[in-house]
Amino acid sequence: MEKFDKVHGVAAPMPLINIDTDMIIPKVHLKTIKRSGLGVVLFDEMRYHDHGGENEEFVLNKPAYRKTEILVAGDNFGCGSSREHAPWAIKDFGIRVVISTSFADIFFNNCFKNGILPIVVEEEHHAILMEDAHKGENARMTVHLEDQQITTSDGVVIEFSVDPHRKHCLLNGLDDIGLTMEKDHHIDKFENHASQARPWV
Amino acid sequence: MSPKTLYDKVWDAHVAHEADDGTCLLYIDRHLVHEVTSPQAFEGLRMAGRPVRAPEKTIAVPDHNVPTTADRVNGIENPESRIQVEALDKNAKDFGIHYYPVHDVRQGIVHIVGPEQGWTLPGMTVVCGDSHTATHGAFGALAHGIGTSEVEHVLATQTLIQKKSKNMKVEITGKLQPGVTAKDITLAVIGETGTAGGTGYVIEYCGEAIRDLSMEGRMTVCNMAIEGGARAGLIAPDETTFEYVKGRPHAPKGAQWEAAVNWWKTLYTDEDAHFDKVITLRGEDIAPVVTWGTSPEDVLPITATVPNPEDFEGGKVEAARRSIEYMGLKAGQKLSDVEIDTVFIGSCTNGRIEDLRAAAEILKGKKIKDGLRAMIVPGSGLVRAQAEEEGLAEIFKEAGFEWRLAGCSMCLAMNPDQLEPGERCAATSNRNFEGRQGRGGRTHLLSPAMAAAAAITGRLTDVRELL
Repeated sequence: MEKFDKVHGVAAPMPLINIDTDMIIPKVHLKTIKRSGLGVVLFDEMRYHDHGGENEEFVLNKPAYRKTEILVAGDNFGCGSSREHAPWAIKDFGIRVVISTSFADIFFNNCFKNGILPIVVEEEHHAILMEDAHKGENARMTVHLEDQQITTSDGVVIEFSVDPHRKHCLLNGLDDIGLTMEKDHHIDKFENHASQARPWV
Repeated sequence: MSPKTLYDKVWDAHVAHEADDGTCLLYIDRHLVHEVTSPQAFEGLRMAGRPVRAPEKTIAVPDHNVPTTADRVNGIENPESRIQVEALDKNAKDFGIHYYPVHDVRQGIVHIVGPEQGWTLPGMTVVCGDSHTATHGAFGALAHGIGTSEVEHVLATQTLIQKKSKNMKVEITGKLQPGVTAKDITLAVIGETGTAGGTGYVIEYCGEAIRDLSMEGRMTVCNMAIEGGARAGLIAPDETTFEYVKGRPHAPKGAQWEAAVNWWKTLYTDEDAHFDKVITLRGEDIAPVVTWGTSPEDVLPITATVPNPEDFEGGKVEAARRSIEYMGLKAGQKLSDVEIDTVFIGSCTNGRIEDLRAAAEILKGKKIKDGLRAMIVPGSGLVRAQAEEEGLAEIFKEAGFEWRLAGCSMCLAMNPDQLEPGERCAATSNRNFEGRQGRGGRTHLLSPAMAAAAAITGRLTDVRELL
C-alpha cells in the first residue's frame, strides 16, 4: 500500500449530508473484477448528465476543483453499501483525505485499507474547513498525519485524532494481512481451543 | 465477574489476540461470499500465493448479478455480469470453498441461503463483503459487512482486525397492532435514531414485540441495523431460534446439538449489564410506515403527509429539499395519494417465505391495478419451491405479478431488473437512495403487506384498510 505522510492540495466542499456509496459509485460500475480505473466514474450520477456530458454545476467539474485531493463532506459520509469500489474510485480520482463530522463504519474502515485518511472533526472545526474549501483553488489545505494537524489556507491549525495502529499502518504503507500472519500462532491456538469448546462450528 | 451484554459474550468468545491498545484479532466462524465484492480479494490471494485458510467455513453463492427470468438457464447475457459470476465459479473451485451455483435449487441471496442451510448458528461470528450481513444477527450471531480488503484478510487468516463497538439497546415493548410487521419496526427505529444514530454501536434488539417475531421477522429487523449506521444488530437466541435451526443441513446433530443448545442458552444479556445508549419504542405506537425521501431515515406512518424541508434543522434542510425534488413529491401531499408505477417484493430484507405469505394474504383473489408492473422475487430457490407448494405462487400470478427466480434483483438493480428514470416503485427492499433501483428511479420502502396493498390500489396504501 502507498505510504501516507502529508497532503498539500485543493480541498473541495460537498456539504450534502448522508452521501451514500451508491452516490459515490453506482452499481453499474461494480461489475469490474479489478480495483483500478474507477476515478472517472466517481460520483457518476451527480457528475455526468443522463446523456453523458459533464454537469458543470458539480463541484469536481469546476475548474478550481478538478485536481481535488481533499474532500470536506457533510455528516455520515459513505453510508450504505459496503462496496470498496467507493474508496477505490476516490483514490483513483486523486483524493487522499476525506473530512466530515462522521463516517459510516464500513466505509471508514475501507479507507484505511487503501491509503485514504478519513478525518472526523467537531462541527465547529468542520464549519471552518468547509468555508475554506469553498475558496476554490486558493484553498490549498495541508493535512499532516504524523502531527495529526490540518492547516487551512489561512494558516488556522486544527488537530485531529486517529487510531494509533491505523496511523502506523498508513505512515508505513503496511499490509494488514502480512501483519496478521505474523500472529499465526495465536490463530492456531484459538482454533485448537475453539474446536474443543464449540466442535459444531 | 461483571455482567455482560449478549454482544460482549459473543465478542469475548472470538478474540484470538488482543494488543495493548485494544486492537483485537477476531476469529471468524463463517465467511459468506458473493460475486461482486470478492474477485479482487481472490486475485490478491493468487498474487501473494496464499491459500484460503479455512475453506470449510467459507460459503459462496452468486446473487447480485444473476437474472431472475426463466431464460437464465441459457446463461447471463450481460458480459460483465457473466464474467463476475464465472469468476466466482472458478474461485470457488480453485480454492475449494462451499458453493451454490446459479443452477442449484439452493441458490439465492447469500443472507437467505446462509440461515436456510444452517450455516448461520447462534453465537457465531459471521462476515460477508456485503453490508446486509447484519441479517444473521437474528440468531444471536455477531454478523457484519466488510470491504473487499477485509474479505481478502478473512480468506487468508480467518480473522479480522477489530476494535470493539459500544453497546446499544433497542427495546420494543408490548404487542404490535394488526397490519404492523417486522419491517415497520425496523424502519420506525431508523426513523427514531437517524441513519447515523447507530454509528459506533452494536445494537441488541429486545422486548416483547421482538420476542414475538418469527426468525424471518427477526432477520428483517437485524437486516436493516446497518441502515441505522450500526455495525451489527443482535437478538438473543431462544426456543424460536433453536426450532428454526434444528434439522437444517449444516446445523449440529445428536450429542453436538445438545452441547450447542446448552451453550446457546447462555447467550443473553446479564441483568444490570451496561448499555451506552438505550432506545425504547412501544409496539402499540408503531404504525405501518413508508419512506418519502432518499434516506431510510425519511420514514413516516402511511397516514402522514410529505414533510416541509423547513421543518428540519441543519444539513437535513437541504437534504430533504433535494430528496423531495428527486422523488417528485410536494410538501404537504398525503403519502396515501402517491401513485406508483411498480411494485417490487423481494430482497434479503423481505424475500423469505413469511414475507411471501404476508403478501399473498392481501393479494388472494385480487388483481393488481391495471398498467402496474409488479414482480415477486423469492430470496432463494427453496423459498420459491415452498411458495409454489403452498399455493402462493398461483395467488401472485393470478393477481398479475411476475413470479421470478431467486436473486437480489431490483433491490440494487445490478441485473436487468431496473427502474427507468422517474419510475416510482413501492419496494420491500432496504435502500431508497438516489438511483439505487436504477438511475432516476424513485423508491418507497415498505413491508410486503403494504407493497401488496399498493399493488392493488396503484398508490401507497394503508394496508389496514384491506384487512
